[in-house]
Amino acid sequence: MATDAGWGLRESYLYDRRVIAEIQRAAREGIYDIRGFGAKRKVPHFDDLLFLGASVSRYPLEGYRERCATDVVLGTRFAKRPLELAIPVTIAGMSFGALSGPAKEALGRGASEVGTSTTTGDGGMTPEEREHSTLLVYQLLPSRYGMNPDDLRRADAIEVVVGQGAKPGGGGMLLGHKISDRVAAMRNLPKGIDQRSASRHPDWTGPDDLEIKLQELREITDWQKPVFVKIGASRTYYDTQLAVKAGADVIVLDGMQGGTAATQDVFIEHAGIPTLAAIPLAVEALQELGMHRQVQLVVSGGIRTGADVAKALALGADAVSIGVAALIAMGDNAPEHDEDYRALGSAAGFYDDWQAGRDPTGISTQDADLAARFDPELGGRRLANYLRVLTLEAQTLARACGKSHVHNLEPEDLVALTIEASLMARVPLAGMQQGLLDELADRVAVRLAEQTS
Amino acid sequence: MSVAAAVETVDLAVTPLRELNQRLHDLASEPGPRHWRVVNPNGAHAIACGLDADVEVEIDGHAGYYCAGMNKRATVTVHGNVSTGVAENLMSGRVIVEGSASQSSGATGRGGLLVVHGDASARCGISMKGIDIVVRGNVGHLSAFMAQTGRLLVCGDAGEALGDSIYEARLYVAGIVNGLGADCVEKEVREEHLAEVRQLLAAAEITDVEPMSFRRYGSARRLYTFEIDNAGAY
Repeated sequence: MATDAGWGLRESYLYDRRVIAEIQRAAREGIYDIRGFGAKRKVPHFDDLLFLGASVSRYPLEGYRERCATDVVLGTRFAKRPLELAIPVTIAGMSFGALSGPAKEALGRGASEVGTSTTTGDGGMTPEEREHSTLLVYQLLPSRYGMNPDDLRRADAIEVVVGQGAKPGGGGMLLGHKISDRVAAMRNLPKGIDQRSASRHPDWTGPDDLEIKLQELREITDWQKPVFVKIGASRTYYDTQLAVKAGADVIVLDGMQGGTAATQDVFIEHAGIPTLAAIPLAVEALQELGMHRQVQLVVSGGIRTGADVAKALALGADAVSIGVAALIAMGDNAPEHDEDYRALGSAAGFYDDWQAGRDPTGISTQDADLAARFDPELGGRRLANYLRVLTLEAQTLARACGKSHVHNLEPEDLVALTIEASLMARVPLAGMQQGLLDELADRVAVRLAEQTS
Repeated sequence: MSVAAAVETVDLAVTPLRELNQRLHDLASEPGPRHWRVVNPNGAHAIACGLDADVEVEIDGHAGYYCAGMNKRATVTVHGNVSTGVAENLMSGRVIVEGSASQSSGATGRGGLLVVHGDASARCGISMKGIDIVVRGNVGHLSAFMAQTGRLLVCGDAGEALGDSIYEARLYVAGIVNGLGADCVEKEVREEHLAEVRQLLAAAEITDVEPMSFRRYGSARRLYTFEIDNAGAY
């Protein structure tokens, strides 16, 4: 009957249609689900925080007249030439291989237009991305694909990748159909085979070795370049302290919502901690060492809006990085490709098969015909627009809180909407006054004392 | 004696490592001494790393981690032992260790020649990408792990899991192999392989090891594309 359709059918909470489909897929294919994008599950995030804004006791800056600066300097600790950025938003590491040549070019064009940096990935540096990126961070990954000292010296900063938020403890993966002649040559691998990147670095193990490795990189580059250490958010407090001890100029902290080009779904959804929980741990670690703002903190993993940028900075980050959002800005998941997405069994707004190399937008592919669909100038312009919007939004919120620099935002400007977010971000629940919290704590203490006596 | 033939001696007991490496790096763009001798290395890390010049550097004593790391063109000789990561990511040139080497010798090397006259520890030639490595003694476990291209020649024995997850690198071992890693198999030694062994021995100036005594190992190529029936091998 049309009137009760759907109500007579009860979907299981435990075995919903997605779970059932995944069991059926696993039984059919015999391999775990590998995909791109980031975590799709709901976890406490910046959406669960709000800014208080100005009030009688705080006064704001004029939105269109008074300056709210956004410049950031990364690598002030040891490097002779720190990275000077005009905005506090950078582009995260994404490889040529995972992305097409034109897509990498667009990232460089967009970032350079607004005065920020891009980052290489697990596959080496291409001449195109170096040419189109005014400021380029060169990653040193466990695989060392394409690693060479000339590119190290050509880079503006070096990022030692220990982990990635989407898969802390996991190595890289590039499936055979994306290993074109050029990708194969850059990685010294046969064409067309599955490329499995190691999860551990080949020549160092543990924090004491890392310290010596960083020293070697500095020696090779004559102490000119900032050296970043990128960690996937997990044991963030300890990782941060150990990276600082090892001599990092900058900590790059990637929360579990951070994107990936190809990782097991089970890894993306079930490893690491949320960005929101990780930031206060890193800030606490830096503050205890007296290194907050001396060693800069760059945060990534689910940065989508200027509000996310402002909240990350208020919690103590110096800058943020974007990956997934940058690709979306450049045209990923755009409605005009819906028909193509549907032909691949997906739809605009849902596409996450970046591992497959069949991306109709020409972004996550090595197919020459598909890559040729992507216009790097247009993609770059859209990315620049998006980065400007992120910056304007962050400035708007900062001015409303009375800040003349986005770095002046602080946890005191924030409240949380949920108890989880309040505990993770270490800011009060909206409306909860300190007196009430103290009263609750006293009551709990009495109850605990009664139970133990 | 001409200036070119003069040996520039640097005493690391008095000269900071930074100064030594900077002077060696300056040779990439400026003229200077071609023959260098480093004394009192005392196990310092990152000695002579990142060179890019046709020079010879001799190190009198033991060197620490990453000696001659990412070297291009230069010949670096260590009259002693080296620690972890000697000649890591070697691009070209030669690195010769007269003593023994710790872990990850020649890791990710992309070209050139590394010779270890003593033993090399675990993970020798890990992720090698074109380097040639000759070890006069034994190598430790997981040597040539995920080795991509290049050649590893071991005159002694190899530890457990040799060539685990190997790609296209070619491995030659004269002594006992204490187990092969996933997807690594013994392969037939044909005339072209024997020629390769002779060439590597000659390059390393090793004359007292019989080329016919080497066995060859390489990839079975079963793990190049994921198949569920191979899941137990990963």
